[in-house]
Amino acid sequence: MLKQAIRNLSLSLFFLLTSPRVFAQYSWNFPEPVTPMALDTLHVHNKFMLIVAAIFIVVLAIMIYSLIKHRKSVGHQAVADKAPSTAVEIFWTLIPFAILLLIDFVIMGIPAYHSVVMMEDTRNESDMVLKVTGSQWRWQYEYMGNTEKGNQNGLEDAKGIKFVSNLSTPQEQMDGTITPVNDPERPYLLDVDNRLVLPVGAKVRILMTSTDVLHNWWVPQFGSSRLAVPGFIRETWVQVDKAGTYRGQCKELCGKGHGYMPVVVDALPKEEYKAWVVAQKEAISEASAGADKEWTKEDLIAQGKIVYEKNCAVCHQVSGAGLPPAFPAITGSKISNSPIFGEDGKYLPDSHLDRVLNGIRVMPAWKAVLNDTEIAAVITYERNALGNSVGDVVQPAQVKAARQ
Amino acid sequence: MSTTAVAHHDEHAAHPTGIMRWLTTTNHKDIGTMYLTFSLIMFLVGGCMILGIRAELFQPGLQLMKPDFFNQLIGVHALIMIFAALMPAATGFANWMIPLQIGAPDMALPRLNNWGFWLLPPSAILLTLPFTLALFGIGDGALATGWTFYPPLSIQGGIGVDFAIFAVHLLGISSVLGSINIIVTLFNMRAPGMTLMKMPMFAWGWLITAFLLIATIPVLAGAVTMLLTDRHFGTHFFDAAGGGDPILFQHLFWFFGHPEVYILLLPVWGFIPQILQTFSRKPMYGYKAQVYSFWAIGALSVVVWAHHFFTAGMPVPALLYFMYSTMAISLPLAVLFFCWIKTMWRGSMSFETPMLFTVGWIILFGIGGLTGLVLADVAADAQYHNSYFVVAHFHYTLFAGGIMGIMAGVYYWLPKMTGHMYNEKLGKLHFWLTAISFNLTFIPQFFLGLAGMPRRIPDYALQFAEFNMISSIAAFVLGLSQLIFVYNIISTIKGGKKASDQVWEGAEGLEWTLSSPPPYHSFSEQPIVK
Repeated sequence: MLKQAIRNLSLSLFFLLTSPRVFAQYSWNFPEPVTPMALDTLHVHNKFMLIVAAIFIVVLAIMIYSLIKHRKSVGHQAVADKAPSTAVEIFWTLIPFAILLLIDFVIMGIPAYHSVVMMEDTRNESDMVLKVTGSQWRWQYEYMGNTEKGNQNGLEDAKGIKFVSNLSTPQEQMDGTITPVNDPERPYLLDVDNRLVLPVGAKVRILMTSTDVLHNWWVPQFGSSRLAVPGFIRETWVQVDKAGTYRGQCKELCGKGHGYMPVVVDALPKEEYKAWVVAQKEAISEASAGADKEWTKEDLIAQGKIVYEKNCAVCHQVSGAGLPPAFPAITGSKISNSPIFGEDGKYLPDSHLDRVLNGIRVMPAWKAVLNDTEIAAVITYERNALGNSVGDVVQPAQVKAARQ
Repeated sequence: MSTTAVAHHDEHAAHPTGIMRWLTTTNHKDIGTMYLTFSLIMFLVGGCMILGIRAELFQPGLQLMKPDFFNQLIGVHALIMIFAALMPAATGFANWMIPLQIGAPDMALPRLNNWGFWLLPPSAILLTLPFTLALFGIGDGALATGWTFYPPLSIQGGIGVDFAIFAVHLLGISSVLGSINIIVTLFNMRAPGMTLMKMPMFAWGWLITAFLLIATIPVLAGAVTMLLTDRHFGTHFFDAAGGGDPILFQHLFWFFGHPEVYILLLPVWGFIPQILQTFSRKPMYGYKAQVYSFWAIGALSVVVWAHHFFTAGMPVPALLYFMYSTMAISLPLAVLFFCWIKTMWRGSMSFETPMLFTVGWIILFGIGGLTGLVLADVAADAQYHNSYFVVAHFHYTLFAGGIMGIMAGVYYWLPKMTGHMYNEKLGKLHFWLTAISFNLTFIPQFFLGLAGMPRRIPDYALQFAEFNMISSIAAFVLGLSQLIFVYNIISTIKGGKKASDQVWEGAEGLEWTLSSPPPYHSFSEQPIVK
């Protein structure tokens, strides 16, 4: 393993040194700001950096002068400091204090005050409300609808649209099997299956929460970041003023998948946003129709494989072997091989369906994340693949009933 | 140890030899040596952990370790560096030097002192044992929450969290015992004539540190105990489902955690002016101003804690209060910088290794302080928070401001402790390699943070590749240069040019009136300070 690692390291060093064009994406400052908040932050940052750099250079210059002039090797004799008169001492103490007070609380403090007030003003003038839920290790987005102002502005109301956004970088790039692919359209570790879509120019009030541990929803170009706290709602807001795709990451350590829960936002002009909303709503009504029909075992397994690999494989592994002891195997496990429903047709406690719907300890409660069809499909897949062959089928309608 | 010369004194204190001497010793110099040795060993252990991290971050993709192991390394690295390397180093100096500087025969509470030290090795074992246990299939490794233990992640975690909680308890008890000892010693055992305002600056730094430790360590101990009962005994302090709040833990943790920064730095601020006056050959400037600044910083440090989690969500008045109070720390800190530079000004400076480290320390710690001023801004902090910008910032304060300061102290006092001069050429080489590779490690991390790289991620997007590679290479140079330090210390203990009693031409203070090395029992008769 070490040998392979050394080979990998030296190979990549070679590639990095020989093909700078491919990797030359570094930058020296914040990325281009696209919200009022990020713009403000960039200005504040640049200004403060200039101030502290100036302080640093002045002090350093004085010190270096002393280091050169006042050294023993050039024959400089130490001159004892004389105690100054009280008046002089007070003067020389007050002047630097006044300068520092000015820098801290006026030059830096006053703009900082306005930034804070702006950052925390999530409600006034907002056009729509979005709920962002962090889970290990994915983001869930739910459109809570327009405000009155949003309706007046003719913003298409996206209320009811709700989806999960997972990392979509292929596993073999992440585990070192192959070198990460440099694809600007689907950047390594910063691409997801379902992107959050926001209308350009609308002030979006974001309600933030979590289902398990702390997460932090952060897009550097938006300039806002807020902790997602389980059991509490936190607020922030964004107003994306420029159409485009913006990427960020979770920035609160949230377990082993912390590096693997990116945020990708598509900011669309109002008309395109409207088209997207209409298409999403159609898809929702199709899916709810799907939940009522009878599915074949093959369709469920095929659908379940997709759901499994997207949501479950990060802990239980693609093979179903799990990562014991923290993440048990699905293959041959008691839960995935014992009956789900009792004689009365209701699901049994600690059955497969109970576990997937409600979770336990680190296992999330998937009823909040997956729809009926997805839960039915993934359970059917787990019982009839991954080395298990129970043979039964769970229908979406049964999941729907189980939710009540 | 030159026992023959002082056999007269030692008759009544014949001590066992071999390992029993070290296990049972109550001598402040022995205990100081043990603290410093322990600190050096743990510095290397913590360093190896972070080199594992830097190797993994050398290039995108996972090559060496799984994310879970990565998370364990970062948290344990921090706990070891803070609690087992920096703090014991400062305590080691306190044990060695405070009695010598104030003309006392020993610390006031010698047996407590012994116990304070011997709590450390078990807690270091508790911290690292889960790694070994995991190899045998017991548990899933060490604490994987980062050193901050934030729930609910730490409630989810495995036995590593419990081990770390108990390690923190032991370390806390050790620190509180050490602090009580230092306070009692300083208040009761100063030489006649040495008023508080004539006390050496190092003693002042430690006095404030000791009070801060006693004030804040119990809060940390309480917080991690609440975590323990949440984990195992069904309480809900940090669980919203039971009426608790995860953010409560952050308040409790940082009520300890922010003063902790000053706990690590104040002892260093104590001996830095002493080194400066020695090598500038003139008395330190503004003794009183420095003492008052210590007070001010000590007081401010316990009222600014929430700036560590501005992004957690707080009412606007709270945000403003914590922002402005944090900025206020720049005032007393600026006084200190002014006094340090004024001490050098119009002196007659020479640049032996301790002075080199001190000058480098002032510059690099200055960068840490100034970036800290910017971080206090709530709006900008939303961007900096938990990004590599913060990682770079606190390594400027804690590696440059802490560890490089400790290194200055080691070179400064090693001749006094061992009676031998260290190898000056190797010392200077060590300084230049450390200073340059340190900057090359952490300057790229400022830019990584600005570009949007979060901390504590095991793998990163491709736009972060170049800076991470530079940082990793420099980190390995930084790590390897410390072997020079270790070699230099060991060879100085073994032999070398005899050091004079005063050691340095400009050194002043009671410790320099004793022989080098000082007798096993010093100041059996108290000196008089005029």
